[in-house]
Amino acid sequence: MAAIYSLYIINKSGGLIFYKDYGLQGRMDTNDSLRLASLWHSMHAISQQLSPIQGCSGIELLEADTFDLHCFQSLTGTKFFVVSEPGTQNMENLLKHIYELYTDYVLKNPFYEMEMPIRCELFDINLAQAVQKERVSYLGR
Amino acid sequence: MQFFGGSEISPSPPVPTASGNNAHMMYIFNRNGVCLLYREWNRPLRTLNSNQDHKLMFGLLFSLKSLTAKMDPSSAEKGNLGVPQLPGQGCSFHSFRTNTYKLSFMESPSGIKIILVTHPKASDLRDSLKYIYNLYVEYVVKNPLYTPGTPIRSELFNTTLDQYVRGERNIWYTRVDMLLISKPASEILLLCDASFELFSPKGYRVASFICLILDKCIHA
Repeated sequence: MAAIYSLYIINKSGGLIFYKDYGLQGRMDTNDSLRLASLWHSMHAISQQLSPIQGCSGIELLEADTFDLHCFQSLTGTKFFVVSEPGTQNMENLLKHIYELYTDYVLKNPFYEMEMPIRCELFDINLAQAVQKERVSYLGR
Repeated sequence: MQFFGGSEISPSPPVPTASGNNAHMMYIFNRNGVCLLYREWNRPLRTLNSNQDHKLMFGLLFSLKSLTAKMDPSSAEKGNLGVPQLPGQGCSFHSFRTNTYKLSFMESPSGIKIILVTHPKASDLRDSLKYIYNLYVEYVVKNPLYTPGTPIRSELFNTTLDQYVRGERNIWYTRVDMLLISKPASEILLLCDASFELFSPKGYRVASFICLILDKCIHA
């Protein structure tokens, strides 16, 4: 039983730069994941337009029938979002932790080109650990 | 999910957690995207004119629905992204939250979409939306003068809706609070008895009123 189904990272223009699947259904088609990522980018922007109050920074949590989607936007516009089981707690912290990993292992990697797909081994390893830890603490609860 | 309960409007309307200043606005769309009703209670920021605003809202819901249908981790068969789906088909969503507002969404089997925008701290409003849908069935659909697919102009519906969303319960809360400041617990219990007799026709109000008082007595 996985608490987290998948993780997406999109750059500031809505392009998918990282996608990882932890669910049982298997990986989504590459084209579909790209489309979903850019769709989410625009929905995020539209939700800011529709706010009744000034200072809206977009959707943080989307509650669907079979999953929850938590989104975290960094100050530079990079968006991190996880698809998890409905009612999963503590996802904000996980997202912030993933953001830390991203700054440490991706942005500080001299071979990484900004806004391009992430291919960093250290990031993958640390991410896997973080998600595993989250899963263990979820099972422990 | 049961939408068509009977002729009476859900006998015990759920507590409108969207009460007071918490509710910002509400939309009702039909399945063609026509805005049947737009009510606004508290909206300081307006970026677009109303027509564009309605279109944008409907577009957002439509796209979010196709996004959730495609992202659904529980089924492998999901079809293509963006293909229109019938109401009730595919994985839908019931709310989303931003830092400034929360949007709750319900779609009936006939494709009527009810959208309530509230304070981000509002709790789960699915029951409230279902109650509002029942109001719609009662006061709009059953109105012989109403032509389906046209904007709702029923005064009765609007006032009932306003009453519900603004929350008559608010009055009760303040009354109970005032009462509890001035009276000792034994007198309050006597008052509970009295309120049974006074307000018994309005069953749900009495019930919630009594519960509140008892709750306060225990915690006091």
